[in-house]
Formats: sequence, structure tokens, C-alpha cells
Amino acid sequence: MENKLIVSSSPHIRGKASTQRIMLDVIIALLPAAIFGIYFFGLKAALVILVTVISCVASEYLTRVILKREPTISDLSAVVTGVLLALNLPPTIPLWMAAVGGVVAIVIVKQLFGGLGQNFMNPALVARVFLLNAFAKQMTTFITPGPDAISSATPLFQMKEFVKGNEANLSGYWDLFVGNISGCIGETSVIALLIGGIYLLFRRVITLDIPVAFIGSVALITWIFGGQTSFTGDWIYHVLSGGLMIGAFFMATDYATSPVTFKGRIIMGIGCGVLTAVIRLYTSSPEGVSYAILLMNICVPLIDRYTVPKSFGGEKAIA
Amino acid sequence: MLFKSMFKGGVNVPHFKRTKDCETVKMKLPEKVVIPMLQHIGAPCEPYVQKGDEVKVGQVIGNTDKFVSAPVHSSVSGVVTGVSPRLYAGGVYITSVEIKTDGKQELDKSIKPPKFTSREEFIGAIRKSGLVGLGGAGFPAHIKLSPPQGKKIDTLIINAAECEPFITSDYREIIENSWNVLNGIDIVMESLKINNVLIGIEDNKPMAIKEMEHVASKSDKVNVVKLKSRYPQGAEKMLIYATTGRKVPPGKLPSDVGVIVMNVNSISFISEYIKTGMPLIKKRVTVDGTALNNPSSLEVLIGTSLSEVFECSGGFKEPPEKVLMGGPMMGIAQFSLETSVLKQTNALLAFGKKEAMLPKSGACIRCGRCVEACPMNLLPLHLNSNALKENVEELEKYHVNDCIECGSCSYTCPAKIHLVQSIRLGKSQVKKASVKGGK
Repeated sequence: MENKLIVSSSPHIRGKASTQRIMLDVIIALLPAAIFGIYFFGLKAALVILVTVISCVASEYLTRVILKREPTISDLSAVVTGVLLALNLPPTIPLWMAAVGGVVAIVIVKQLFGGLGQNFMNPALVARVFLLNAFAKQMTTFITPGPDAISSATPLFQMKEFVKGNEANLSGYWDLFVGNISGCIGETSVIALLIGGIYLLFRRVITLDIPVAFIGSVALITWIFGGQTSFTGDWIYHVLSGGLMIGAFFMATDYATSPVTFKGRIIMGIGCGVLTAVIRLYTSSPEGVSYAILLMNICVPLIDRYTVPKSFGGEKAIA
Repeated sequence: MLFKSMFKGGVNVPHFKRTKDCETVKMKLPEKVVIPMLQHIGAPCEPYVQKGDEVKVGQVIGNTDKFVSAPVHSSVSGVVTGVSPRLYAGGVYITSVEIKTDGKQELDKSIKPPKFTSREEFIGAIRKSGLVGLGGAGFPAHIKLSPPQGKKIDTLIINAAECEPFITSDYREIIENSWNVLNGIDIVMESLKINNVLIGIEDNKPMAIKEMEHVASKSDKVNVVKLKSRYPQGAEKMLIYATTGRKVPPGKLPSDVGVIVMNVNSISFISEYIKTGMPLIKKRVTVDGTALNNPSSLEVLIGTSLSEVFECSGGFKEPPEKVLMGGPMMGIAQFSLETSVLKQTNALLAFGKKEAMLPKSGACIRCGRCVEACPMNLLPLHLNSNALKENVEELEKYHVNDCIECGSCSYTCPAKIHLVQSIRLGKSQVKKASVKGGK
């Protein structure tokens, strides 16, 4: 018996948190947005979600097998990527394109860089941007919610026209808040995304730093520079539309591609907000959340490097 | 009652203080004891006895001229049956004296209450007592009590936080011997000319707070500080911050911010020692764990083997798979049940298969929970990855040597990564590199 004792380094007890549980929480938090998306855009939306999830999980499984690595699909992170990707696609996208997006997200962005936690850009967002460039027409065709779905420009496109002085059909705040507008499956309903975000905050999966810094800086800049004259920008409209909510609560907070310290996260949030506002206001593209987050993702290693905190007791950090 | 600051980070660990109502039971005399010559941080003692020598209770059996050290005394009367290297708590071999007891427990002639008139004599007496920090670290007490010249000490902090799960050794001391604690405080206050004493106790021990406040009300210089129950509240730097609001800078000692921290059992021992002159030969040990029939609080003679302690406590209900000296957060896993109880042993825990199993670690998801949990404000995830890459430069950049190894990061990690283990590895890499580099 003497030699059978297990000897290991302390600590000898561990907390209950697990990677799988965190991923499950994110999936739960995305459910309201998914349900609203299906409610507004019909069963086609449900099919897109299903296809991307299957595509992501299958890609993850096969890559791990081919790379002769341990299987990891049980950590549910591929499911999260699948759902996030679907929510960032228009409901009318051909299903095979959605499937291609899943493969790009998992194989190229995630697994080829080392798998969970090692990717330096958000997989779902890279896949979205890839699809946007590869299939520009299908990725920018949006429909109005409801049974007689007709082609319609997104609220941010309308805003762009409005500021230019052209004829525009602006949506009401309430429609923006509920999600009764055209756009991607899961990005339109602010209320559904907020419910999910609050759940994540409550479960301590995410912290408020990135979302507040992100949304706050978008609001500030669009208020100052977003109107025909200074300080007349419709910042509420900007905050409620486009991919800002899903971006701030679900994409920019992605662990692997956001800083690990409070200070770093504030920098990340502000960076995302500034870039989003600048793209929305000064480029030919009406929406900039995806690009803003991806650009900040690339900066994360740098941010982490320059935000090494001082040890308790106040020694100066060498950066 | 005071309530000062709260350190950042830490984790909420389960308490499992199952032995809190267990009256301390004196363990029966073992047939033999094996007393290691190293029971403290510092230089090991030279054995002063040989095989065949007769020894008495309290007799010095090991000592050294080295400053950072503490003498070792016999805990029994009997005959020395061997002086040889024996398996020690951490898995190494340390010269130890084996004594077969004669059952008489005759006291050594030298045992009489120490006399002292000056601070130097007091410190000398404390060194003779063999006292080391009884909270677990085992730092020789006489060094703690003699801060470097020019360092003004204004506050004595008594550590009774006991933030580790299971352990109730400090708690039982307060419940059973609170007047000894106050008496010990008085002695140290007087000898070191300190006028302010703070006793830190976590708020999950209301009985101890009540008892200590009652006793402390007799002195206007002694106050009880109720601390929030959060691990690692009892870590020296966290405790100093929580009770005084002072932060000990990295690489500095408590004396640099004008405080001395002593464990409640240590201070109580000083009182007992000044009264009787009996050196440190026994220890209250919390005996607990899921593999045990009967958790208990035992008074154990130093040098008693772990197996005898467990047996005396009521034996195992399932075969122990992991045995710890100390608490589950910072305790040392034992290689064998034949190692001995040491001066600084405050708990012996035995766990069955379920608790002993090591969690399988996965990939770091960079969630930042370890950063949030680190009371020292470090980035454990970066320390982990750089230790695994043996990147000494980066390890230093991320302040690897400031880690207090409290285990909060590993505890909270959802991927169950063995962060503390890597950080220890990292520390040794830095040490090795600095030796090589001739720094």
C-alpha cells in the first residue's frame, strides 16, 4: 500500500468551473437571439443555424482526426462558433455557402493555429468576412422580416443615405430594439441579445468592461460626428442597429481573442468602438463591427504585452 | 472590532471545517518517534546524540551554529535506536533521530522557565525553545522577532485567519486556550515594545471572534479584526493588507512595513514556554479527509509517524490514495505514511480515490479567471506557457518570483491546468539561469 499514494503539486482541490460549462453558457445565452431570428425570418434561419453548427462540429472532428490530435468536440466550442457564425449571416444565404463558412472558421482560423484558445482572430468573424468577400451579392442581400419578405436595405445603409441628404427610410427605435428590421439572423434583435448578455454577466462568463467600452465609444463618436452637423448624430440609432450588440457582448468578449486584464479589455473595447464608428461614418461600407473586432483581435498580443500589471505591493512592471 | 481592506482576487473555497467542535485529544505515547533534524526554513541541525544514548523529554537532540535555524528537542524519554537519513515530508531524505520510548516520559533536567531581562535574552530564550512558525511555513520564530536594525516595528499581527479548508488547528487554540494567546501577546508586546496588536480571524469563525474579542477587551492595545472569508486571507501579505492597509512590496519582508506576523499557535506557545520552559515537542494536528472514519483534533508528539496518527484518530474507511501534510490548497502530498509529524504540521488529511484523482487538463481558453483570482496581481496563464517553454526572460518579466503559490489560479481554472506546478517549475528555471549567468 505504501507505494500507492498519489503525489502531486498543490492545490489538491479544484473548483467546479469547466470549459464545457462555459461554452454551454454561451450557447444558452445565444438562444434568445436565435429564437428571435427564426421567429422573424422563418424556418430558413433555423436551417442556416443547423448547417453551420454541423459544418463546424464536423470540421473540428475531422481536423483533429487528420492532425492525429485528441478529439475536442465535447468541449462544445465548435458549437459556439457554429451558432455565432449563423447569427452573422443573412437568412437568405444558400446553405452550401454557410457550410463553407463553418469549414473556414474551424479548419483555417481555429485548428491550423493550434485549436481552442490559440486562434488570434475570432473564427466566426473571419468566416463571415471571407464569405462577404467571396459571395458579396448573397451576403448583402437582406430581407424584411415576416411572411412577405422583400428585399430591403439594412437600417445602417438607410442611415448612410440619410446623412448624405438622400431619400432614406429610417427604422423606428422600437423596431430596432425588438429586431423587426432587415439584417443578419441574430444581429437584429437588441432585446434578445441583451437577455443573452445579461445571462453571461450573471454567470460571470463575461465582464462588463469590453461591452461598455465598445458600445459607449460608438455612442459618443456617432453622436459627435454622425449627423449632418456636429453633435447631432443619432447615436441611439447607431447603438441599436447593425452588429453592435452581438459584437460587443458575444464577439469582442471571445476569450481567445481578447486581453486578459481589465485595463487591456478597456483598451480593446474602446479600440473596437472607435474603429466601428469610423468605418460606419467615413467609409463606403455601412457597417464596421466585424472589421473593427478583427483589427483589434490582431492587436491583442500587443495590448497584453503592454498591460502587464504591477505585482501586489507596487513594483513597477517592465513592459 | 475593525474591518479594514480587502485584497483583490482570491477564490471562495469550501470550508469543510468538520473538526471545529472536536475537543483536542492527547494522543497516546507512540512506541517510537523519528525526529528529523530539519523542521524549519533554514539550515538543518547536527544531531547531538548517538545510537544507544538515553534521552529525556525536552532534551536538545539537534542544533547548529547557523543563524537561520532552530534546535530540535526530543519529544519522548527513551533510547536512541538510530541516527540516519529518513524519508521526509517533501519526499527527500533528511538525517533523523529514531528514539524508542520507555513510557516514563521523564523530563530533562534543563527544563525550567526561562529568565530574561533584556530583549536579546528574550530572543535567545525563544531560539532555545525551538519555536518555528506554526502556521505551516516553519520560519524560525527568533528571527521573526528580531527585525533588522533600524526597522521600526509598530504592529504585531496575530494570524488566526485559517483560510485553508479542513484545518481547525488555530481555531481550536482560540476556543481552548484564548488566555494563553493574550498572555503570549503581552509577553511579545513588552519585550519588543510594540503597542498595537491586531488579531485577524475570518468571519466564518464567529465563535473564535467572540472569544478573542472577549479576551482582548482586557487590553486596550489588542484588537480583533474580522476578515472576509476568502482564500488566501491568511497569506502573510494579504493578512497585513487586510488588517493594516499596508502593502509589502515584492521581495520585501513584513518588517519593511513595520509589522511582525505570528501564528496564533506560535504566540500561545510562547506563553506556555515562558511559564514552563517546555520546548516545542508537541503539536495540535487536525486529522481529517474523506478516507477517514472519524475526523479529529489530536495533540501529537513531534516525530510520531503519520500512520499512527491516523490509526489513533479511528483509522481509514477506505484505502487512502492521497495523504496531505497541511491543507488541500497548499499542503504537501506525502510519499509514505511512515514520515513524521513535524513542528509546523497543522493538519494531516487523507483522501480516497475520488478526491485523489488528478483532473485532466485541457487547453487554455484565455478566460482570464486565473488573472482575476491571483491575489498577487500576476498573469498565471503567461507564467504557465513561458515555464513550459523554459523562457526565463519572459518568466521574469511576468514576475514569476512574486508568486506565493497559494493555488487560487489552479483552483479556479476551468481547463484544470496545473498552473502552480508550472510556476514552481518556472521559478526553478529562473534560479538555475541566474546561477549559470553568475548574477
